[in-house]
Amino acid sequence: MVDQSAVGREFTPVTARVEPGRLRFFLDTLGETNPVYRDGEAAPVPPTYLFCLEMMDATVPFEFLTALGIDLARVLHGEQRFDYHAPVVVGDTLTFRPRVTGVTDKKGGAMTLIVVDTPVTNQNGVHVADVSRTIVVRNARPS
Amino acid sequence: MSAGVPSVGDRIVHKEFPPITRHRLALYCGASGDHNPIHVDIDFAKAAGFPDVFAHGMLVMGYLGQALTDAVAPSKIRSFSTRFAAITQLGAQLTCEGTVTELIEQGGEKRAKLALTTKDQNGEIKLAGEAIIAL
Repeated sequence: MVDQSAVGREFTPVTARVEPGRLRFFLDTLGETNPVYRDGEAAPVPPTYLFCLEMMDATVPFEFLTALGIDLARVLHGEQRFDYHAPVVVGDTLTFRPRVTGVTDKKGGAMTLIVVDTPVTNQNGVHVADVSRTIVVRNARPS
Repeated sequence: MSAGVPSVGDRIVHKEFPPITRHRLALYCGASGDHNPIHVDIDFAKAAGFPDVFAHGMLVMGYLGQALTDAVAPSKIRSFSTRFAAITQLGAQLTCEGTVTELIEQGGEKRAKLALTTKDQNGEIKLAGEAIIAL
């Protein structure tokens, strides 16, 4: 089981470019027809897309789960938060630096909540956003 | 905001989405980079103790974000957060809503706080969230 020793663990930074073709696939998948997102150059990205960029371009998929010894089949998404500080647009290159900031046991150890906070910077070093996810791990019952 | 400054209690976000299909989950798997098999591979989902595959939480939050930016320009959103209250099953027909709960001054600008929900066709809350928008 993941314990407090995981707090402060950092994982491989992910660098991702906001590519128009990939973004279009995302928009079409959600049935998103808002013209603001199809404005060509300098179109903004949808509010949850930062989460996707980090996953798409991670060189080690689900690295934090593997690193902490968590089985993917036992993970649920508990909470998600985005704080936006500056615009992110098509063509930007973003760097994500994920870090564990919290580990909490729930229901007598039946579940563990893990918070991973990820500051995001762009190609000019501007801190554009903070992404925070809380993962729920359904712990195996001792046999 | 097109209609001026909203008031507390105004429901400014409302959008309904088509039923969630297996095909949509497969597309979202590719489009989002979230390749967790639990959302597309029924054998994996069953082995993990679930009766079937189920929607990515972030697909549902993506719909909520879409409903939000139908009402508010993306550049006006200062924060967007949600709790995933329940698993969203195949076939779910989601309705996303957002109501103004507070008008505030923050970071040198006038902002509004919105309470956001996503419910299925039975009224079960799937996501409960919040956004802060610049006015």
